[in-house]
Amino acid sequence: MVQLNVNNKKTTSEITGNQETTNSNIVYDTRQLNLWYGNHHALKNIDLAIKENEVTAIIGPSGCGKSTYIKTLNRMVELVPSVKTSGEIIYRDRNIFDADYGVEELRTKVGMVFQKPNPFPKSIFDNIAYGPRIHGIKNKKTLDDIVEQSLRGAAIWDEVKDRLNENAYGLSGGQQQRICIARALAIEPDVILMDEPTSALDPISTLKVEELVQELKQNYSIIIVTHNMQQAARISDQTAFFLNGEVIEFDKTDTIFSTPSDKRTEDYISGRFG
Amino acid sequence: MVVREKFEHELRGVQEQFLKLSNLAITTLNKSIDALLNHDVDAALSIIENDIHINRMEEEINDRVILLLAKQQPVATDLRRLIVLLKAAHDMERVGDYAVNIAKENIRIGKADFVSPIKNIEEMRSKTITMLTEVMKAFIEENIEDARKIAELDDQVDQLYGQTIQQLLKVGAENPHMLSQVTQLSFVCRYLERSADHATNIAEQLFYLVKGRHYELNN
Repeated sequence: MVQLNVNNKKTTSEITGNQETTNSNIVYDTRQLNLWYGNHHALKNIDLAIKENEVTAIIGPSGCGKSTYIKTLNRMVELVPSVKTSGEIIYRDRNIFDADYGVEELRTKVGMVFQKPNPFPKSIFDNIAYGPRIHGIKNKKTLDDIVEQSLRGAAIWDEVKDRLNENAYGLSGGQQQRICIARALAIEPDVILMDEPTSALDPISTLKVEELVQELKQNYSIIIVTHNMQQAARISDQTAFFLNGEVIEFDKTDTIFSTPSDKRTEDYISGRFG
Repeated sequence: MVVREKFEHELRGVQEQFLKLSNLAITTLNKSIDALLNHDVDAALSIIENDIHINRMEEEINDRVILLLAKQQPVATDLRRLIVLLKAAHDMERVGDYAVNIAKENIRIGKADFVSPIKNIEEMRSKTITMLTEVMKAFIEENIEDARKIAELDDQVDQLYGQTIQQLLKVGAENPHMLSQVTQLSFVCRYLERSADHATNIAEQLFYLVKGRHYELNN
């Protein structure tokens, strides 16, 4: 049986063998990241240390750079023409911008779930088995195990176990989104990026995904962009508030939503601009 | 800039309701001492009958705050503002209850002459009323400097309370047949002292609202 749990994750200090390293539980360390779309300076001097096995929420008004930031973490942003970056994003002790860092290698470790559920027009089974097959897994029994474990991990196994060969398009929006999460889990990632994963879902489906995120953080590090302030407050451990391409405040979610130190953060979470 | 006009409007409404409740509770406490000093049993009865209005005002504040929480889901300072309003309204409602208790002691004392000088009780009343009035203003203005001064007055009320109880105990020891009224006047002092404590509670809540941390002001 394939285990999806990434219990054998190594900390930065273990990887480096450096006992002096203090950021042993940092999964992503962003240092002085700048990003330009042509002449538009979209991210400005971002410094963010994201901890493993936590949910980190990125909040901020439209156009503040939060989606750009999350798409930079798996280098998806490179798909946009005329993008230029400076600074570093250290993922597990390596700068993802290093010339010899393969983007496929990065994306194997960093899964992504998007705003709109985007299953492939294939069966539920093939959706989940797609990634593992690309990585060369052909054994039927192994694939069966991966599909079951991934669907269980995404809390949708019981709903779809009798219809694995049906097209994923036949599922509800909430179910499709959990299929997409299961698809991300199937490649055994280390980090899951979520870009407004519930904005297209009804309240019940939203709640299911939120509960799922809480369960998933035991085994994965999750970074979630959300426009829903209450969602950030409910499900995240840390919250970063972005404004005009800058990180205004990054702190424990409890602090951000009770006693933020910057007035702009308080104004935003209180619904006074945005 | 979005200003959440609806939220601000509703919040102002609840704050106005709090002011009304506070004014009524403070006036009632004041009247209860007036009635006591004048042996006015009719006034005491009226205070007891009218307490229901203070209770209803607190319930109304509770209902409005719950609706605001459910519909507007405020966070940070806005959330503390509402929670602290709930607590302050409860403190003021308790002041109304103490006025009722004083009115009941008044009825028990009836027309009997006081067994002890009541200058201290008048002074306690004066300081307590000042504390409650000032804390109500500070609360609405969110002025923590004034709130700190109010808490300082509480020490003076506590000191007066201690002195007065000592005096009353002495009277009681020397005149056992007056023990009943000594007890009733002691209770009156206790109710004033507790009312002053509620003013201090509100001052502490105001600090929590503004600073986001808990403060003990009467240590």
